[in-house]
Amino acid sequence: MLKSFAAAAAALIVASGFGQAQAQEYPSRPITMVVPFAAGGPTDTVTRLVAESMGKDLGQQIVVENVGGAGGTLGAGRVAKADKDGYTLLLHHIGMATSATLYRKLPYDTLNAFDYVGLVTEVPMTLVSRSDFEPKDLKSLVEYVKANKDKVTYANAGVGAASHLCGMLFMSKIETPLTTVPYKGTGPAMTDLVGKQVDFMCDQTTNTTNQIKSGKIKAYATTTKQRVPSLPDVPTAEEAGLPGFEVGIWHGVYAPKGTSPEIIKKLTTSLQKALKDPTVVQRFADLGTQPSSEADATPDALKAKLTSEIDRWAPVIKAAGVYAD
Amino acid sequence: MDFLATFTELGHNLGLGFSTAALPVNLAFCFLGVLLGTLIGVLPGIGPTATIAMLLPITFNFEPATSLIMLAGIYYGAQYGGSTTAILINLPGESSSAVTAIDGYQMAKQGRAGPALATAALGSFFAGSVATILIALFAPPLTDLALKFGPAEYFSLMMLGLVASVALASGSVLKALAMVVLGLLLGLIGSDVNTGAQRYTLGFLELADGLNFVAVAVGVFGIAEILRNLEDESDREVMVKKVTNLWPSKEDFKAMIAPVLRGTALGSVLGILPGGGAILSSFAAYTVEKKISKTPERFGKGAIEGVAAPESANNAGAQTSFIPMLTLGIPANPVMALMIGAMIIQGIQPGPNVATEKPELFWGVIASMWIGNLMLVLLNLPLIGLWVRLLTVPYTVLFPAIIAFCAIGVYSVNSNSFDLYAVSAFGFLGYLLVKLECEPAPLLLGFVLGPMLEENLRRAMTISRGDWTVFFTKPLSLTLLLMAAAVLAIVFLPSVRKKREEVFVEEG
Repeated sequence: MLKSFAAAAAALIVASGFGQAQAQEYPSRPITMVVPFAAGGPTDTVTRLVAESMGKDLGQQIVVENVGGAGGTLGAGRVAKADKDGYTLLLHHIGMATSATLYRKLPYDTLNAFDYVGLVTEVPMTLVSRSDFEPKDLKSLVEYVKANKDKVTYANAGVGAASHLCGMLFMSKIETPLTTVPYKGTGPAMTDLVGKQVDFMCDQTTNTTNQIKSGKIKAYATTTKQRVPSLPDVPTAEEAGLPGFEVGIWHGVYAPKGTSPEIIKKLTTSLQKALKDPTVVQRFADLGTQPSSEADATPDALKAKLTSEIDRWAPVIKAAGVYAD
Repeated sequence: MDFLATFTELGHNLGLGFSTAALPVNLAFCFLGVLLGTLIGVLPGIGPTATIAMLLPITFNFEPATSLIMLAGIYYGAQYGGSTTAILINLPGESSSAVTAIDGYQMAKQGRAGPALATAALGSFFAGSVATILIALFAPPLTDLALKFGPAEYFSLMMLGLVASVALASGSVLKALAMVVLGLLLGLIGSDVNTGAQRYTLGFLELADGLNFVAVAVGVFGIAEILRNLEDESDREVMVKKVTNLWPSKEDFKAMIAPVLRGTALGSVLGILPGGGAILSSFAAYTVEKKISKTPERFGKGAIEGVAAPESANNAGAQTSFIPMLTLGIPANPVMALMIGAMIIQGIQPGPNVATEKPELFWGVIASMWIGNLMLVLLNLPLIGLWVRLLTVPYTVLFPAIIAFCAIGVYSVNSNSFDLYAVSAFGFLGYLLVKLECEPAPLLLGFVLGPMLEENLRRAMTISRGDWTVFFTKPLSLTLLLMAAAVLAIVFLPSVRKKREEVFVEEG
């Protein structure tokens, strides 16, 4: 206790003059990693797995702090304004890109408020329905949905949720607007899908894999380029006849803009190591996903991803005309 | 189904469960969990969600069963502890103990804090034991029941809950209705679920998800109570001097048996329903007791039934809310979401397969619940004397301490300083309500149920494409609505009559 206190004090003195030296000392006290969502959800789980492993590598505990609310923008806003000393980080998902369009007034400038550490993972999504829904495969689902667009119901977990984004993309691909039934979170939406109250939805494998395997819900396709290893029998959207229906819930680690490049470098290296940690790899596989490659777990790759995703989703969201504020 | 075979299988499963739960390490962590749960339950504002979130990293290195047993212990332990502050200082830490505060605090004021606490502990133990057996016996069929509840059914259930909440008031029915409506209005604050439009947020992003329940509850109950106490010095001394006995009398025991049984039954059923079920259970149990009592006028003035029934109901509900999580892998509340997170981190995929793939874990957790409840009652009964003595702490020490703990607790929910301003604002609102003789419990229920009522109404209407008859054509929904109508009639008729009598008396 006393020792780490002394180290922190020393780091503080050194930091006043020498950024380089500060980076060498870094990290000398626990790091906070903000998750902009409630504890217990898939993003929280991803964060805790990565934080545990990175903490071991850096020799300091990484404390996960859940700052939920307003579709992740509260937590992101908090980190944007935090000290640029590398002790406050953000792990956010695709919502970082979509909230730039979903929210017309954000308390931060998405592209200019953060430094980038790297991509973490891209969780695949699955198009699923209640177990007794008539269509047998994706092709007949599209036909059925088009023919019965006044009858079918699409569930999602609220504005800005992964299931909402996936639904918008699906509708724009099949060029048919559908009735959506919004829920507050995936839990209640999944309950009603299992309970056959709604017809279909699209959600991350983290939420759907076990329900699919146990036959409580039916899977039509994954939204990935390759099949998902944990669901070998489920075709990709392209295989099933809907090319371009691709969406993954990518996660990235950010730091406040102006963090020293040495610290960012240290964090990136640590993230890359964590993504090779056998425990992390195994748990990610259990969740139906895999760690990002070393080339993707870099600041440049994350920046490129964020920029391209903002451009990709802006027209889809604008076309749907749904905003979160 | 072959009854005998089911029974043998159950015996086998429970045997497996107890052999897991009774491992020394699991017993130790079960105890640690319930102890921590009791403590955080007692500390106002700090809830099980924040505690479990903080402890999650520690459980990384445990066996899966051990970590789940401990985390579950924190959750139901907090249900025990939560009633303590509700009774002693009128400060419910959770929605479920808001009801306990109504009569529990009055009992404490009459010097009967000991019996009130003992009633809460014994009722909770009984309810917890029964609910554990229910989970073991009927988890799968109960899950099917929960799944039958679609948006239409939920809407009707919330309707029933709201109508019944008027009965929570011990004073004017009209004021209670006004409080329910005020609660509903407060519940409207936040993002519209369907369109994402912001309602009454005044441009604060912090309000986008609505007001924080803990902030509202701590404000209108706790802070308001402190303000009221500061004003009225005579009230304080009475409470300490009057402490007579710590243990319920024979009459108390007789009076609590039936309410405990009814509360357990109600709580067990409502707890299964994801979402509002567990919250409704304590409110519903209180309402039932007041309605069937021969002396309903005692309620709100220290009726022991008003403590026994809701406490049994909320503990039974807390226990059965594990059912959807254990059988489907779907969380019914934020705490269950955390438990699922804990399982994933341990490499267990929560879902329908847990019972068959990890029977020792599934049954171990269930068996540990019973053991944990036993530990809780043994832990809490001797502590009653200590808690009651807490009332003798000088108020110059107690009040600042309570406010500090409230602030920490509220902040811990979302790590958001905005919520602290909300506590202050609702503290003053609560004080104003006390002055106007309006009761906060119906307000709180309106606040909790309002958003669920609206969401489910709109969801049901969306699915039915705007067809209103959906609420009447579904048998479950129709039954609930008829019950609501009946309750409404019962609530209004006698009070209208009584009011008239009063008016006539005054005139005559």
